[in-house]
Amino acid sequence: MLKINNLHVKLEEEDKRILKGVDLEVPAGSVHAIMGPNGSGKSTLSYVLSGRDGYEVTEGSATLEGNDLLDMDPEERAAAGLFLAFQYPVEIPGVGNMTFLRTAVNAQRKARGEDEMSAADFLKFIRAKAKELKIDADMLKRPVNVGFSGGEKKRNEILQMAMLEPKMCILDETDSGLDVDAMKLVSEGVNALRDTGRSFLVITHYQRLLDHIKPDVVHIMADGRIVKSGGPELALEVENNGYAGILAEMEIDA
Amino acid sequence: MNTAAKPAPTLISADARPVSGAWAHDARADAAHRLAEMGLPTRRDEYWKWTRPDSLITATPASAEVFDYDGEPPVFHQVDRLKIVFVDGVFDAEASDDLSGEGLEIERLSDAAAKDIHWAKDLYGVLETRGQSPVVRPLAAHNTAMATDGVVIRATGRISRPVSVFYRHDDANSDAVLHHVIRVEAGAKLTLLENGAAAARFSKVVEVDVADGGEFHHVRAQGRDHQRQAITHMFARLGAQSVFKSFTMTVNGKLTRNECVIEFLGDDAIAHAAGAALGDGADGEFHHDDTVFITHDAVACESRQVFKKVLKNGAKGVFQGKILVKQKAQKTDGYQKSQSLLLDDDASFQAKPELEIYADDVICSHGSTSGAIDEEAMFYLRSRGIPAHIATDLLVLAFLADAIEEIEDDAISAEITDRLDAWLARHRG
Ligand SMILES: Nc1ncnc2c1ncn2[C@@H]1O[C@H](COP(=O)(O)OP(=O)(O)OP(=O)(O)O)[C@@H](O)[C@H]1O
Ligand SMILES: [Mg+2]
Repeated sequence: MLKINNLHVKLEEEDKRILKGVDLEVPAGSVHAIMGPNGSGKSTLSYVLSGRDGYEVTEGSATLEGNDLLDMDPEERAAAGLFLAFQYPVEIPGVGNMTFLRTAVNAQRKARGEDEMSAADFLKFIRAKAKELKIDADMLKRPVNVGFSGGEKKRNEILQMAMLEPKMCILDETDSGLDVDAMKLVSEGVNALRDTGRSFLVITHYQRLLDHIKPDVVHIMADGRIVKSGGPELALEVENNGYAGILAEMEIDA
Repeated sequence: MNTAAKPAPTLISADARPVSGAWAHDARADAAHRLAEMGLPTRRDEYWKWTRPDSLITATPASAEVFDYDGEPPVFHQVDRLKIVFVDGVFDAEASDDLSGEGLEIERLSDAAAKDIHWAKDLYGVLETRGQSPVVRPLAAHNTAMATDGVVIRATGRISRPVSVFYRHDDANSDAVLHHVIRVEAGAKLTLLENGAAAARFSKVVEVDVADGGEFHHVRAQGRDHQRQAITHMFARLGAQSVFKSFTMTVNGKLTRNECVIEFLGDDAIAHAAGAALGDGADGEFHHDDTVFITHDAVACESRQVFKKVLKNGAKGVFQGKILVKQKAQKTDGYQKSQSLLLDDDASFQAKPELEIYADDVICSHGSTSGAIDEEAMFYLRSRGIPAHIATDLLVLAFLADAIEEIEDDAISAEITDRLDAWLARHRG
């Protein structure tokens, strides 16, 4: 599904290298997790994959189902099936959540050559999805993320994911800011979407989320690279011992 | 009446023939006298620093090509309304509805002015005169002196069907000077709609007197003609517990200056003035000026100014807004917001927000900003599959939202939003 090859990224504006040769492959139907110290480049990787401005790829490649991601506009990447649940969802005053979602759903359908969803069908669809995530009607009417609590913003990200039905879902610290119940709700939302044709890349600092969303593979990112990969037990090791042991073993300074 | 201290300056539309009856004659002579005293605006006037008055005061107007609407129906066509039509400033009886309605008196200004006694006498040029201090507005005095026609409207009941004045522009060289007088009686309610480019050059004054507990709503769409030039004034005097709400959408236009002068005379009244202007210099010159002056001279009144501009390709925006709170106007709640969204580096916006406060127990604030599209928001929308041009339109409409929200009626608001949408769709990239 997602293939990242020796990806090197620096900031466009300054001479700062952030990703220093990321190699990662997420096969269709699998769930991979990325853990790693603050500032190691996890969010940068997710932004570069989804096409945010301000970064320059100096080397390497990233493909989604064989298509060159780095060559596409952000909206094309989305239409191709990529979705990023933001670590910090953006507030957009004046744009209603409902309008935003309907525009997004229909734009993607159009890009894929499908018919737009009727207003009535859309309403039914969003109500059902919102209910599963315990998002009330009021939140749908409000401007995108404006005045939402931290947890509400994260649930809203998952609602968008559920509505857009992407193939490759990247969740950047979706668990941070969630209370125990919300974490369960969000995990259930994610698990409901698990499918042989859909993959997940879950960025997190905590084992807790991975109890709910069982990963197939766990990667450790440090200083702009994937330095170690393993099974779910790797997450437990991090939870118990921190990164010091792993990094020492890899001879990397955190 | 005294003769003018200085000779009257050459007036614009020298060939206009103002209608003049008994009382109107005096009002016009007085205005001509006042105009001679104050003189026409010049570029050196502080109040005209950012908007050149030159083209508004030449003897003949620059001609303006009549816009081809290509079958597009006029704004508000879906709204059930009483229609009054002026073509290049001349009343069109054929195209207008019957000028009557329950709780509503409507006459042409020329008819009212021909009468010996008329209620409009107490307002015509009177509110305009009040609005001449502390800042002079010579072109308003000129209008009072020279207006060829207009409508006078008196609402005595709560009128649900809006009165709509449509200004058709048919003649590339027309110079129209219209003056309306409106009286909303105590507890009455009136909605006035205005749209159309009107003329190559258009001068218009509306004087509106809202009595205690009255409500006046005003929604205006300033039309699409690229080359037209307009100077408009709204003078409002508000009684206790009255409501005044005015919204203006402006798209295109070589030069537009909309002045809005509001005076609170009764306690607990509300006045909101809002505007959304969109200009693309690629269509031709675009210069839009909102000049607002709100005087609080009563207790516990609320005023809002919400002016938004979306500018690109060299389009220019100007905002001059003032809130004056007199000493007795305690518990005033005044808020002024003027913002522009510059879609490229060529567009420009100048703003002069002012507060002058003599009462101590007031809440007043102003904020003036100009900025570009929020890149974070843009990326967020695009990351959800929304193409850049649609994302831009969404963010532009979002930017305009709090001005549009000042329109109370949903159907009218929807009409305005549709037009803004269409304008944006035509001006992508
Ligand atoms: N636009 C930017 N300008 C300056 N520095 C940046 C920018 N973007 C990223 N960085 C730097 O790059 C490094 C990686 O940041 P990134 O946000 O990817 O880390 P992260 O692994 O997601 O961290 P966390 O776990 O705290 O979320 C950090 O040192 C960060 O300060
Ligand atoms: Mg991060």
